[in-house]
Amino acid sequence: MHELAVAQALVEQVDAVINQHGATQASLIRVRIGPLAGVVPDLLATAFPLAAAGSRMEHAELEFTHAPIKVHCQTCGANTKAAMNRLICGACGDWHTQVISGDELLLESVELETSPTPIR
Amino acid sequence: MCDTCGCNVTPGNKHLAFKPVAKGATAVSVLKGLLAKNDDQAAHNREHFDRRGILAINLMSSPGSGKTALLEATLTMLKDEFTCAVIEGDLETENDAERIRAKGVQAHQIVTGTACHLDAHLVHDALHHMTLDGVDILFIENVGNLVCPASFDLGQHLNVTLLSVTEGDDKPAKYPVMFRAADAMLLTKTDLLAVLDDFDPDKAEAHLRNLANPAPVMRLSARKDMGMDAWFTWLREQLAAQRARVAIGQSRRPAIQSDGMKYHRVTA
Repeated sequence: MHELAVAQALVEQVDAVINQHGATQASLIRVRIGPLAGVVPDLLATAFPLAAAGSRMEHAELEFTHAPIKVHCQTCGANTKAAMNRLICGACGDWHTQVISGDELLLESVELETSPTPIR
Repeated sequence: MCDTCGCNVTPGNKHLAFKPVAKGATAVSVLKGLLAKNDDQAAHNREHFDRRGILAINLMSSPGSGKTALLEATLTMLKDEFTCAVIEGDLETENDAERIRAKGVQAHQIVTGTACHLDAHLVHDALHHMTLDGVDILFIENVGNLVCPASFDLGQHLNVTLLSVTEGDDKPAKYPVMFRAADAMLLTKTDLLAVLDDFDPDKAEAHLRNLANPAPVMRLSARKDMGMDAWFTWLREQLAAQRARVAIGQSRRPAIQSDGMKYHRVTA
């Protein structure tokens, strides 16, 4: 449900990027998202057109980079993949780990239309 | 300095920073948290708290797990020791704020309408309706929901997540985003354990550890006054820790939220 709030935040940020670069509109928006961010990509994709309606990105494509869950073990030092509800070390099984990937919710990049005039 | 929002790009290096992808199009690398605006507001809220030496605690759980009952018991017990204030978040009604006010404690109700969580802006608006001077602990009772509130920083210092024993002991495994964010997990309504045969507190704790979360787990019943002393002791310790941080100009964000960010910067 909160994906609409996230989509509205995304629209605000992309709008700022469009302004910052003096562009006319955004054509592609790439978002990096991990399962531990608590935001479902499919729902965000559904909410985005609602949030973007009438804006300079309403025709933009929304693309997701899926971040896999990886943890760094503080006990044995290994970096291993992990499941969402088992963030333990894949090497030694200890739970004293740090998530190093998989909790991202990032606006990674935006492709902007910079030339309002058609190419001759 | 900043390679996340694009402000390091100057007219001189612009041609290097932007790689044209098609005629008339430019790709811009942004790498900024989607909730940056909320996070900025949250940081601002945190400054409000730190300036006054207030400890702000965000209470999260499913509806009906006993957040308000915990607060009622806590406020009664700590009445002579600390000045507390409460922000209540619910979709509708002023009921919870009225329960808190009945204890003689300042409370502001946020009625979210349809929103399933509080965000930093809602909390900031609420702060402007409150008197913060002299407050020691501010409790923010989030909307009852084990999903959405976990993703929004409000400016609090600590997250406390409640799990009542009438729910499943595997809730931390089912809602990892929420329980990973907990700085303390409270198993509530433990007086009912005697009549429930399907909730194992040890299993609940094991599920929390599987999320790599070292947070303390406290078992208590607010209504029957069981196990509350550990909770009060923890609150006193946290307030002392907050005052020590404020004294040296430091602050604290809830445990996990920025944990991975330093790694992102390295890999980005």
